[in-house]
Amino acid sequence: MTRQMTGAEMVIQALIDQGVDTIFGYPGGAVLPIFDELFQQEEVRHVLVRHEQGAGHAAEGYARSTGKVGVALATSGPGATNMVTALTDALLDSIPMVCITGQVPTTLIGTDAFQEADTVGITRPCTKHNWLVRRIEDLPGILHEAFRIATTGRPGPVLVDIPKNIQFQTGTYENCKDKALTQYHPAVKAPDAAIREAVELMAAAKKPILYTGGGVINSGPKAVALLRDFVKLTGFPITSTLMGLGAYPASGKNWLGMLGMHGTYEANLAMHDCDVMVCIGARFDDRITGRIDAFSPNSKKIHIDIDPSSINKNVVVDLPIVGDVGSVLEDMIAAWNARKPVQDKAAHAAWWKQIDGWRAKKCLTYRPSAEAIMPQYALERLHALTKDRDTYITTEVGQHQMWVAQYYGFEEPNRFMTSGGLGTMGYGLPAAIGTQLAHPGALVIDVAGDASIQMNIQELSTAVQHNAPVKAFILNNQYMGMVRQWQQLLHGNRLSHSYVDSQPDFVRLAEAYGAVGIRCSKPSELDDAIEEMIRIDRPVLFDCHVVSLANCFPMIPSGKAHNEMLLGADVSDEEIETAIGTAGKVLV
Amino acid sequence: MMIVAGQSQSAYFLEEELPSTERSHTLSVLVDNEPGVLARVVGLFSGRGYNIESLTVSEIEHSSHMSRITIVTTGRPPVISQIMHQLGRLVPVHKVINLTWAGDALERELALVKVAGKGEMRDEALRLAQAFNARIVDATLDSYVFEITGAPADIDRFVGLMKECGLVELARTGLAALARGKTGI
Ligand SMILES: Cc1cc2nc3c(=O)[nH]c(=O)nc-3n(C[C@H](O)[C@H](O)[C@H](O)COP(=O)(O)OP(=O)(O)OC[C@H]3O[C@@H](n4cnc5c(N)ncnc54)[C@H](O)[C@@H]3O)c2cc1C
Ligand SMILES: Cc1ncc(C[n+]2csc(CCOP(=O)(O)OP(=O)(O)O)c2C)c(N)n1
Ligand SMILES: [Mg+2]
Repeated sequence: MTRQMTGAEMVIQALIDQGVDTIFGYPGGAVLPIFDELFQQEEVRHVLVRHEQGAGHAAEGYARSTGKVGVALATSGPGATNMVTALTDALLDSIPMVCITGQVPTTLIGTDAFQEADTVGITRPCTKHNWLVRRIEDLPGILHEAFRIATTGRPGPVLVDIPKNIQFQTGTYENCKDKALTQYHPAVKAPDAAIREAVELMAAAKKPILYTGGGVINSGPKAVALLRDFVKLTGFPITSTLMGLGAYPASGKNWLGMLGMHGTYEANLAMHDCDVMVCIGARFDDRITGRIDAFSPNSKKIHIDIDPSSINKNVVVDLPIVGDVGSVLEDMIAAWNARKPVQDKAAHAAWWKQIDGWRAKKCLTYRPSAEAIMPQYALERLHALTKDRDTYITTEVGQHQMWVAQYYGFEEPNRFMTSGGLGTMGYGLPAAIGTQLAHPGALVIDVAGDASIQMNIQELSTAVQHNAPVKAFILNNQYMGMVRQWQQLLHGNRLSHSYVDSQPDFVRLAEAYGAVGIRCSKPSELDDAIEEMIRIDRPVLFDCHVVSLANCFPMIPSGKAHNEMLLGADVSDEEIETAIGTAGKVLV
Repeated sequence: MMIVAGQSQSAYFLEEELPSTERSHTLSVLVDNEPGVLARVVGLFSGRGYNIESLTVSEIEHSSHMSRITIVTTGRPPVISQIMHQLGRLVPVHKVINLTWAGDALERELALVKVAGKGEMRDEALRLAQAFNARIVDATLDSYVFEITGAPADIDRFVGLMKECGLVELARTGLAALARGKTGI
């Protein structure tokens, strides 16, 4: 069925036809026709943010917590450039997002018109694909293709730049939701031969490990369920990247904790010593591998990924399998069941014994304190008091983010929204708002740092306006703790500009925005304060004063191997000073 | 090695025995001829730190809006296959073929070479042009413009000789390349 309508109407109609109920945006001259259409309908809710970056991160939070696509809307020029960080963030973390921007009229493009920026040029490297719409006839096809490309294969952000005159023009709209405009059709099914070979390798493994990542969550609930079945079926130990937390429950008996730079002792040593590694939807990021030439030196590596360019990019693997995690795991379980392999029970028992030895190191132990709140303690309490609720956690970037990964045990996927690849401070608060609006009634907490929270603090106003009762739980150490930790490790403890001076009074700041402020600095009062935060059905800034100088361990210093990890409780100042060699110093 | 959009491209079947040295590779990339497609390809190379030795692009099928981009780049085999996968990931890219891996590909380039001079040098330029099968496309009393088509290395040699014979300027098209035999891209 086709209908005549304006370009601006087409935008709204395409959103409706795609099942979009919420978008995040900010108006301006070049998108006024679209905002006018938004005003005249009720199917799509528009959430007005306070900065376009906030709209982008809110859309990301919405997307990651629902598995649906997130949609953001911004004007030309500064509106579009403000979106760049969020687009880049979504690209690195494989988050499906459609961003619509207004552009100056086609007749003015190239004239340095008011608020003109080469948006498709600027965003080409930070989107999966983008379009400048030059003709009204192309608009419906592009809008629907944008959704298809954002959500299929390896998900990612796309951008549609629509000149203002096209928004006003009338054309023919058709719901071409299921029609592909381009030949983009990533393969999801892997060849049987690869599956069979993987099963052979795994069946013969004596020291296997599953290394899972964000791709499992990208793939969806079916993949998550299959992963859990697969762990049961094989009995393999399992670890995950930051992006994959929750796919396998933290309370599961095969769980080793997160791996990588701030991963657990047991996860990293098991990765180092394993003989068969099965990487499922993860991308051998440098936070994971550490020194590449010392990375898991004696293992056969199987890598399942939907994006062929992820394979053999950083680490050369023995058995690449290109396909969707859900589809591959389904085939692999079928192949395993058909073959009914006899595993080497004795070898597996010895492997678990070795793992239990590493676990006994209790690498996440920290020195407790009765006077001051330890950040790890704060997160343990936050976990204990929120785990039985319908809770979603977002984070900012820094030590607090890593402590969440270490101390907040995620039981389900899509419950943890964090900026992994880009490491964007300022992500957590808007992402929490996007998450909250997708899950009204849920408890949504942004675990924040005192520095990060100030990067998008203006979004508190968005939360108040849209009745999104998000909680920002600030682990206030008065430092850019993660930066300071690196300065201690690399730069002779010269703490150049990592002290957060002239902090605002977060309680009064919250009140100024019409939110609620809570402050707590005593361990003995923490539980009550957290309970109070949970009870309040409004946005809360929780200023949790923690000890200033705690550092985040375990840590594999840059340029080191997995078995050269620094552990927390027993690291001396001298070890910190000398932990990173000259070669490691240039690494990030 | 060939990457085809939409086809199962399990890298499992792409693994080949490859020499591990750095060398130049000729890639043929079939793309939708749409605005910005060249910028995407070039941006990919600069953004990821790959180098481009030569790049040509032109529409090959007007009705289906398809263009062929021929890129010469250097790298060790893992880098080359990473480049190919990165190219294959771009939405407007239909196919990526490594002509160097496919075998001894046909590679041709056209150059226009202007030389100026009188007397002995002028005669020498003409003799060399004949030896290289270059055509005279413009002549004045004290200059020639030659047109030469050939493999890039032949053109390099011709241009090298022309430097001795009063080379004024040079324009090269970059590479057009096809695999030998009856099958197409
Ligand atoms: C301060 C800081 C410290 C950090 N420290 C750590 C650390 O200690 N440990 C850690 O793990 N991370 C850490 N990170 C995060 C790290 O930078 C990376 O973001 C993360 O490790 C990448 O996770 P991933 O490999 O799961 O890949 P993702 O970025 O989630 O990518 C997913 C992969 O799966 C593939 N994929 C997507 N969809 C599918 C599908 N349907 N089927 C199959 N494959 C699919 C994609 O192609 C991609 O290769 C840190 C980040 C910060 C900011
Ligand atoms: C936008 C941005 N700028 C700079 C950085 C570098 N950076 C990483 S962590 C960090 C400090 C974070 O401090 P805080 O939010 O207080 O968290 P803490 O480490 O103290 O828990 C900085 C500056 C970044 N990740 N993002
Ligand atoms: Mg801090």
